[in-house]
Amino acid sequence: MELLKIDNLKTYFKTSKGIVRAVDGVSFSIERGQAVGLVGESGCGKTTTALSIVNLLPENGKITEGSILLDGKDLTKLSKDRVRKQRWKNVSIVFQSAMNALNPVMKVGDQVIEAIMYHNHLTYEEARKKTKELFDLVEIDKNRIDNYPHEFSGGMKQRVMIAMALACDPKLIIGDEPTTALDVIVQAQILNLLNKIKEELNTGLLIITHDLSILGEVCDEIVIMYAGKIVEKGRTEQIYEEHLHPYTYKLFKSFPDIQGERILEEALMGRAPNLSDHLPGCRFNPRCSFASDKCRIEEPKLKEASPGHYCACHYGGVWNG
Amino acid sequence: MDKLLDVQDLKVHFNIKRGFIEDIFSKDQVVVKAVDGVSFSIKKGEILSLAGESGSGKTTVGKAVLNLVKPTSGKVLFNNEDISAKSEKELKIFRQNAQMIFQDPYQSLNPKQSVIDIVSEPLSIHNITKSEKDKKERVEVALELAGLKPAGEYLYRYPHELSGGERQRVAIAGSIILNPGFIVADEPVSMLDVSIRIGIINLLMELRNKKDISFLFITHDLSLAWLISDRIAIMYLGKIVEMGGPELIEGKCKHPYTKALIDVMPLAKAVKNRTKNALKGETPNPVKIPSGCRFHPRCPHCMDICRVEEPLLANISEGHLAACHLNKLP
Repeated sequence: MELLKIDNLKTYFKTSKGIVRAVDGVSFSIERGQAVGLVGESGCGKTTTALSIVNLLPENGKITEGSILLDGKDLTKLSKDRVRKQRWKNVSIVFQSAMNALNPVMKVGDQVIEAIMYHNHLTYEEARKKTKELFDLVEIDKNRIDNYPHEFSGGMKQRVMIAMALACDPKLIIGDEPTTALDVIVQAQILNLLNKIKEELNTGLLIITHDLSILGEVCDEIVIMYAGKIVEKGRTEQIYEEHLHPYTYKLFKSFPDIQGERILEEALMGRAPNLSDHLPGCRFNPRCSFASDKCRIEEPKLKEASPGHYCACHYGGVWNG
Repeated sequence: MDKLLDVQDLKVHFNIKRGFIEDIFSKDQVVVKAVDGVSFSIKKGEILSLAGESGSGKTTVGKAVLNLVKPTSGKVLFNNEDISAKSEKELKIFRQNAQMIFQDPYQSLNPKQSVIDIVSEPLSIHNITKSEKDKKERVEVALELAGLKPAGEYLYRYPHELSGGERQRVAIAGSIILNPGFIVADEPVSMLDVSIRIGIINLLMELRNKKDISFLFITHDLSLAWLISDRIAIMYLGKIVEMGGPELIEGKCKHPYTKALIDVMPLAKAVKNRTKNALKGETPNPVKIPSGCRFHPRCPHCMDICRVEEPLLANISEGHLAACHLNKLP
């Protein structure tokens, strides 16, 4: 059975300008020991998807349809209190700016210990021992457990955040842009660490990022979102080798290929649509250079193009002639 | 081609302020050597990229070149004139010709100013515009050059009404309105979404091609440096460790630090199970710079000589320099 199964998830926000359909019918699943990457531009609904899973949506956000099954239990049907217990224990989340996520006037170790004591009902001493083990796992010197956050570098703070996420042995870890603010070398170290956690602890990983280039080394599957919908998903090799959706193609073209020629690619014009507007047809059509009349009227469904490789485009894979 | 900018042995050191008691009892001043002897030159219309990790001093170089921080020693020659020897009045003239684009367009634009006010500010500072009409026309030209078309639609908007890419274009419009010959671009795309980056990069290249503007492009993204630069300089702890053409990134590099950076470069390609030898640790504290070669504590090829003697930037081949003892081995 899948560890996490999201089915036709719809999360809408009520704003003064109308209903914003941030996540509009998203389905994917994650198994134990598997890493899935969720990719897209800012505003495509990837973070909202993550917040829906851990039930940390802002006041005006609501899951209006669909289900989120974690080990068969529907998270959308649990009470607020039950969900809070669920968080950390079963699902934990690592946020983007590790620099700001730690309390500056509290010792780093104590911040991890606090979480362990609350959720596992351990004594301080037991929790401290567990924290030292976690520091070992994320490759931080155990003796720095009594340091303050300002004594840590950015990469080390991110490691602490990961240690914290691991505190209660969760089944699923969500990383929201876990390496975005970090230097390239530190980024590689953190990616190696995530790989190690996935393999050693057999946890599921959901990595949310706008940077496709980091996913190849960690993820088994990639889901590409645009304007609240999935436009393409499949195994990492499939997505990397064959871009079926024009948006995926454009995303990949945004990365210079140092084994290829030094030529400037044409940029993706325009901007993502306003999700509170009525959007007929394919949501990508105003920015797509291959769009036809059909694309402007009829919305393409997510179809299986080859085993395990899905795409939502009327001309999946053949638009470029 | 003439050298537009010539930087000679530039050093920028910062004194660290300490507590009162500490100040009384200890004699030595704590100094951060952010930039510690950097030399390079940029020709007219050339793009030089300065790459390295955070804390390598690349942004400080960019600021020192524009005299936004005072160099501790060394020379910055712009059109063969020493900038640090100039008076404030002369500097004002220099600043018309040399501009900067900052990293974060969410912070670099004043949220209470409309686009026309932001872009025209340099005109008022330098007393260039005579009339409102002239100002508006110049702003429109700059906006269109920066790819915001039709410019009229953007004039009276505020930053919060613009997307990240549009904001950065407004910032670029402000930096080109005085027709500068030289621009320092400090990580101009790192805060932007991947899909917008290429548009901004294309814009910078277009400016170079159309107006012959020289760029000092500061970035941590080697693949970007490779894509747009005529030359690339790699910095580590305040020094340039290697400098050469874009072929450096394609595998011609001669310094272990450059190799390490290339090794961990994310590739948007199928590279499952690629073994990445990420360097251990992070850039050391620039207060305590290691002896000898400053890279030696993290270097996988460290030899005895590396701990004692600092390697000099030496010619490897035409236009390719590296500072590593390994290259002296037979």
